[in-house]
Amino acid sequence: MYEIVAKRQLNATVTLLEVNAPLIAKKALPGQFIIFRIDEKGERVPLTIADTDPEKGTVTIIFQLVGASTKMLGAMEVGQSIQDFVGPLGVASHLEGIRRACVVGGGVGCAIAYPQAKALHGMGAKVDIIAGFRSRDIVILEEEMRAVSDHLFITTDDGSYGEQGFVTNKLESLLDAGNRYDIVIAIGPVVMMKFICRVTQPRGIKTVVSLNPIMIDGTGMCGCCRVTVDGKMRFACVDGPDFDGHLVDFDELISRNSNYKEEELAHQCRLPGMGGEVHA
Amino acid sequence: MPNMSPRKVPIPEQPPQVRNKNFSEVSLGYTKEMAMEEAERCLQCKHRPCVAGCPVNVQIPDFIGQVARGDLEGAYQTIKSTNALPAICGRVCPQESQCEQLCIRNRKGAPVGIGRLERFVADYHLQHEGEKSPPPPTGGHKVAVVGSGPAGLSCAGDLAAMGYQVTLFEAFHTAGGVLVYGIPEFRLPKAIVAREIAALSEAGVEVKTNSVIGKSSLVDELFEMGYEAIFIGSGAGLPTFMGIEGESLLGVYSANEYLTRINLMRAYDEGFDTPLRRHKRVAVVGGGNVAMDAARSAKRLGADKVYIVYRRSMTELPARQEEVHHAQEEGVEFLLLNNPVRIIGDENKAVTAMECVRMDLGEPDASGRRRPVEIEGSNFRLEVDSVIMAIGTSPNPLLHRTTPGLEVNKRGCLVVDDGMATTREGVFAGGDAVTGAATVILAMGAGKTAAASIDAYIKEKKR
Repeated sequence: MYEIVAKRQLNATVTLLEVNAPLIAKKALPGQFIIFRIDEKGERVPLTIADTDPEKGTVTIIFQLVGASTKMLGAMEVGQSIQDFVGPLGVASHLEGIRRACVVGGGVGCAIAYPQAKALHGMGAKVDIIAGFRSRDIVILEEEMRAVSDHLFITTDDGSYGEQGFVTNKLESLLDAGNRYDIVIAIGPVVMMKFICRVTQPRGIKTVVSLNPIMIDGTGMCGCCRVTVDGKMRFACVDGPDFDGHLVDFDELISRNSNYKEEELAHQCRLPGMGGEVHA
Repeated sequence: MPNMSPRKVPIPEQPPQVRNKNFSEVSLGYTKEMAMEEAERCLQCKHRPCVAGCPVNVQIPDFIGQVARGDLEGAYQTIKSTNALPAICGRVCPQESQCEQLCIRNRKGAPVGIGRLERFVADYHLQHEGEKSPPPPTGGHKVAVVGSGPAGLSCAGDLAAMGYQVTLFEAFHTAGGVLVYGIPEFRLPKAIVAREIAALSEAGVEVKTNSVIGKSSLVDELFEMGYEAIFIGSGAGLPTFMGIEGESLLGVYSANEYLTRINLMRAYDEGFDTPLRRHKRVAVVGGGNVAMDAARSAKRLGADKVYIVYRRSMTELPARQEEVHHAQEEGVEFLLLNNPVRIIGDENKAVTAMECVRMDLGEPDASGRRRPVEIEGSNFRLEVDSVIMAIGTSPNPLLHRTTPGLEVNKRGCLVVDDGMATTREGVFAGGDAVTGAATVILAMGAGKTAAASIDAYIKEKKR
């Protein structure tokens, strides 16, 4: 059992938990993920590791309340324990040798972009972060991201905070203004990652994306997380989750991630009092 | 006088049209009277050909003689002395190509029902178990066993009995490997597997779930933690796809995914959270036990049509005979000598059909089986809404990628010597991780051999 030692509500639908998992805390590197299972009847759900504290032995996860499992997880309190928590899984991000990076986070994707920016910043790289949100009330991790970047640019779709517009617009304007990056790291909704790649590909800027397909085991066993990269079938759990964004078939990923939409809506039976709304 | 009936004593089963709607075990097993009657069919012949057909050398005529005399606990001890998991082997071993194939009664009529008797003896023991003895004192030497499938279980069991302090590492949240994620409840009840794991714990083996060796801890770190030897029984978990068009469409699964959702995650049970789509027309590609398991599961989940699509003929079909018969009885249709060409989807990228081509059998190939050859222009469309790929698996690369000095062959299988020692000192391996996908009993045999080698290795090191 893995005890929850701290909890913070980052916005109405995004929760941060610190979980006691000393072995994982000692081992985890940016880009890797864990799989949790709430209880004996739970499903296995992958979440990218947002932060670790090897001395305290804790792993931080940040997640959006989208389905039954994340809603149940979000309803847990400090002192309660998660049945299963396994990791670190996946290949760590390759950050060596990067001198100038632009890290782009979309919504809750900022929780995954943050550890990468933090690691790069710690390695002495120059880091710009573009963090995009729908509106002011769902902005998360602003101070944390500011602390690990040279420039933090926040965009909101409705203009209620930061600059009005999408992260793609901001990236384009930074590039047009002459900013040069060795790499763009884009993490967020699949559509956002797809359009970031449309900005960077013609300019020849290497772009790495972190993919979030549906998984079961997370060790290469089920093949559920298969994605097409450069025309070849790859498993996000063992070959990724980071891939060269210019080679990813994003449309296929969008379709595969929609596979259980109906079941997700129907399956709210273990959530008394919870609405059936599903956020994309 | 032996029982000279040419047929096995029939075994009670759930009727096909009842069982193809539930996940309870198909075979209900012998009663004591039936078992004793079947045991009488054994001629107790002097040269004991059946024993040579058993990968773990069960003294078959001895235990059958004990059953015939009604000494069921004695029979259990006879089996248990060489086979760590009798309740499991009695259910999943391919007896028709091992012990029963060599049975003298097989020349005229049916062989002795060795598998059924083994299963009966093991179940009887579990139902009538008395006091358990406390675990034997350990000699303080620590051994790590990676993977809790058949190879790991048998290796851990043997090492614990020899007095080693064994830790069994499992990547999943439940121990048992393919016995829990792969083989369905209706063929191998999970309670039986859980019982075998509990017996190991009682024998002093520490079971650590959620431990992905190669990720959560590396093999080198296990040595640093004080383990003197390591056994790798990590199986062949990596699914194979055909590489044809349409394999990423919605409704296409590897058999591993489909069966894991059902068996390990119990997605067929409304009380569990893991989702599962209930398809109406399902094609399962492949002809092994895994293909039969997937097809019969699909039927139980309410599919109207379930097809086995296999590129060779019934003669070459590698599944256990009993599974093929059960699948046929339950309404699974066999489309033999057919091979998928591509999978076709609609505008929502969901499967609507699979294009196949008819095959003919040519000359025998390297495997000794006649090579299937496409019949040109014989393509046809099979209307299905789901395709399950059950065309084999290969060893998971996680361990060898993260362990210096561990060699693998071209197929990704760990290279070992006769004693199951890998190319890395102190590291042993067995089961599907070495052979590629094979049977439960072969993996158990390998685990056993490795346990003996590990014992010899540690004793040698002590000197």
